[in-house]
Amino acid sequence: MGTRAIISVKDLVKKYDDFTAVKGLSFEVFENEIFGLLGPNGAGKTTTLEIIETLREKTSGEVWVDGLSVDTDAGKIKQLIGVQLQAAGYYPNLNLVELIELFSGLYGSDVKPMEMLEKVNLQDKAKAKYKALSGGQKQRFSIATTLINSPKIIFLDEPTTGLDPQARRNLWDLITEIRDQGTTVVLTTHYMDEAEQLCDRVAFVEKGEIMVLDTPDNLIDQLVNSGFERKKEVKKANLEDVFISLTGKEWREG
Amino acid sequence: MNRPYSNTKATLALAKASFRSIMRSPSAVVFTLAFPLIFILVFGFLGGGRVRVDVAIAPGSDLQNPVIAALEKISVVHLIRDKSTEEIKTALEKGSYDAVIDVRRNTGQPAFLASVQYTSASVDKGNILKSVLNNLIYSVNAQDRAPAVAELKESTVQGRVYRTIDFILPGQLGFSLLSTGVFGTAFVFFSLRQNLVIKRFFATPVKRSSIVFGEGIARIGFALLGAVFIILVGHFCFHFTLVHGAVTVINMLLLSLMGLIVFMGFGFVVSGIAKSESTIPPISNIITLPQFLLSGTFFSIEAFPSWLQPISRALPLTYLNDAMRKVAFEGAGLWDVKQQILIIAVWGIGVYAVAVKVFKWE
Repeated sequence: MGTRAIISVKDLVKKYDDFTAVKGLSFEVFENEIFGLLGPNGAGKTTTLEIIETLREKTSGEVWVDGLSVDTDAGKIKQLIGVQLQAAGYYPNLNLVELIELFSGLYGSDVKPMEMLEKVNLQDKAKAKYKALSGGQKQRFSIATTLINSPKIIFLDEPTTGLDPQARRNLWDLITEIRDQGTTVVLTTHYMDEAEQLCDRVAFVEKGEIMVLDTPDNLIDQLVNSGFERKKEVKKANLEDVFISLTGKEWREG
Repeated sequence: MNRPYSNTKATLALAKASFRSIMRSPSAVVFTLAFPLIFILVFGFLGGGRVRVDVAIAPGSDLQNPVIAALEKISVVHLIRDKSTEEIKTALEKGSYDAVIDVRRNTGQPAFLASVQYTSASVDKGNILKSVLNNLIYSVNAQDRAPAVAELKESTVQGRVYRTIDFILPGQLGFSLLSTGVFGTAFVFFSLRQNLVIKRFFATPVKRSSIVFGEGIARIGFALLGAVFIILVGHFCFHFTLVHGAVTVINMLLLSLMGLIVFMGFGFVVSGIAKSESTIPPISNIITLPQFLLSGTFFSIEAFPSWLQPISRALPLTYLNDAMRKVAFEGAGLWDVKQQILIIAVWGIGVYAVAVKVFKWE
């Protein structure tokens, strides 16, 4: 993880008609880290992401992606990012290979569809339709489409929402792998265990503002140093660990 | 990432994807191919539009006489024998028989008396029979006698046979283009928007124009393939007239292209104003159904009451059908139907002006 800022957001404001979704956010994402935007629904996470992805107009502020401004270089930014949208659908009636071919054309790159599917372990589903995939498979496929243009940064909006524990862990491994290969990852989530395990740094967003921004470790230490104690002594394992040990952590198509 | 981004490549990738998707979509195949073909089959087998007058012979009628003999030789007249008076009466009332004839030997002059009863349930055919009989009686009576005043010499010019298919096929082709253009385009853009497929596209460097062109190319390609298929089936199975062969087919395809572009404009408008998936069919039907009924798809618009004809003459499909028939049957070139093309183009400009205003990307 470097300390060169690959994304910098300054005083970002987004107003809808009678509602301010983002109220002057400022933060930087460093090259090659996994950066988490955390917060409850409606906190402005998705809006912030979509402004950085050039999918939404901002009201004011500055956003730079790898030295390019979203105001003037949206086209160039799109070529060096990969985007996974919350609840996005894919072209109807096409199988996974055909969808990858389509995106390959849209990005102007020449990838081999099967290689892309292997990256996310979906080679067995090559001829399946997107709709026929399980939740975890859908998310893995979405991530595959973000990798087609060999992007510098990928954005994942709630990638693990609605997945079972195995599928979530499985996705964490995949996201970590992608980061290890040199890609910066920006994701949103409302699972704190996920953020703690996965993210190098996290920002807490609430009502369009950043409350804190630091590594999960530092944030936890700060809280402990302030004298915080859990009401109940924590056991060495939790119920999720029980579930995982009962059902196995191995690959599961469920 | 050093190569310049290619809009053409993106457009073609989209066209390919869209074409694959259309080919696998049952509704597209049904509307573009199955419906028109079913209508063509039905009308193709209904016979070449030949008129048949069913005439029952009354029980007790004399059968060995020159009148019956002459009627048998007339192809329009179909004689029905051995039916009871009761059966004939009900058939006449229903109009399934057009008339009943009873010929009796006469003791004096003339040698035979033929009485014919028509039915008000089938006036048209009754009239045909009336003139057939007048003609027949005249020539039967005139045998062996020189005409006193004038003699009628009849002959028929050998012309192209105008079959039902020559009328029905262009209409069905036009309707196929209309429904593919309107329903297909409206559904695709609505669902791509609704399912955030277009939003995901926008996260790639693709241009909006590439999305529209890619979709357009696929739909046009599919509809023109359908048109070729319909024309060929019509030509080889039902003797649909193509005056100049392949040239006529190409002219018809060019007309199809123009029509389709206009109809796709309606589709863009529908996808823009529809609030939900379930409102697309009714809105689309408001556009397609009147044209289906009033644009001369099944009947010539001259058959409509005069107050209805101005409405027919305002619809774009009317002009497409008209131009298609002129090109296919009369062998007209595209320049000969320039008036029709002009009206279609005016519709195109109007529709796309509206489409640009109401079309929504998100």
